[in-house]
Amino acid sequence: MAQEFWRWKEYSWQDPNKSWESGAILTGGVDVGSVSTQAVVMSNGTLCAFSSRRTGSDSPDSARKAMDGALEGTGLTLDQIKYVVGTGYGRVNVPFAHRTITEIACHARGANFMYGPTVRTVLDMGGQDCKAIRCDDKGKVSAFLMNDKCAAGTGRGMEVFADLLSVPLEQIGDLSYQVEKEPPPVSSTCVVFAKTEAVGLLRQGWPKNDVLAAYCSAMAHRVYTLLERLGVENDFGITGGIAKNSGVVKRLEKEMGVTALTARYDPQIAGAVGAALFARTLAQKEGKA
Amino acid sequence: MIANYGYKDGSGEFFISIDTDLCNGCENCVPACPTGALEIILNDYDEKVAAVTDKQRRQLKYSCAPCKPVSDRPVLPCVAVCQPVAIRHSW
Repeated sequence: MAQEFWRWKEYSWQDPNKSWESGAILTGGVDVGSVSTQAVVMSNGTLCAFSSRRTGSDSPDSARKAMDGALEGTGLTLDQIKYVVGTGYGRVNVPFAHRTITEIACHARGANFMYGPTVRTVLDMGGQDCKAIRCDDKGKVSAFLMNDKCAAGTGRGMEVFADLLSVPLEQIGDLSYQVEKEPPPVSSTCVVFAKTEAVGLLRQGWPKNDVLAAYCSAMAHRVYTLLERLGVENDFGITGGIAKNSGVVKRLEKEMGVTALTARYDPQIAGAVGAALFARTLAQKEGKA
Repeated sequence: MIANYGYKDGSGEFFISIDTDLCNGCENCVPACPTGALEIILNDYDEKVAAVTDKQRRQLKYSCAPCKPVSDRPVLPCVAVCQPVAIRHSW
């Protein structure tokens, strides 16, 4: 089978220094997104393990697979996790979740954990939507704006471009800077129209990297308008898969004149981390711990 | 946080905005609404706040019409009973 360039790698991570039998309160968070599913296991509010998987056609199955991936090799079973919170688009489809919480609240809380309490503006660039969130020092949401109904400025758009240009998704950021001169952004941000425009540019003889640069800057500009409407307050952090794409992040920073914080962990798991933190609070409240 | 419930169509924007930081969950608005469009829910932070019911979110233009001032009708009942002034209508 030919290489599918848009397919990013599924992976798991476990803290090697963690002793699992310490009798700590284990909580879980599962973020079932439109494109990817993340599961996180935390013990007493510290990150122990996580995994990232693609969401398939069967959301409950994806949620289960992600959780199995996180628990793999730890010797733990799902029953040992006291409280699980589901979040994301598919949050109602997590069969083992005790409660569901909106992804907006979870991303704010997750960003607060990953970037520290100074973060006030969070941009969540997900698979199929994009949210600008303002929060307080405890990670509580005070305002948000959402770009729904349109896949412009999201991970799915990047996948389409990776596929069109046969460039592995992870390399888009670096390659988009290997251009002689920064090209003007593609004029349409709609993924379908942008792809049409990109095909036209390729036919005119544009190098691949220039097309990538043009799309990255169009995407950066698109999310900038969202942030501008909400108003940016420092510090600023990005969560979601696109946070790992320097081609968009650096162009956005340039446009905003603000540098985004760097995450301690993979920014894509922020939603699931937030869910696991909510789970801990809820477990304590409901006396399960 | 301002929670906006409602929709936008060709005839206008029909949103009820509830400021969850101001709302104290007193439940006065629930019996005040003649169509039962409001309810008290627990939000993500386990606080009691008012919200528009799922069913009514898609038909606010029609549900709220009987209360909307046309001549000398008084202020909207939900707005009138809300002491912290957390409820707003967009139209």
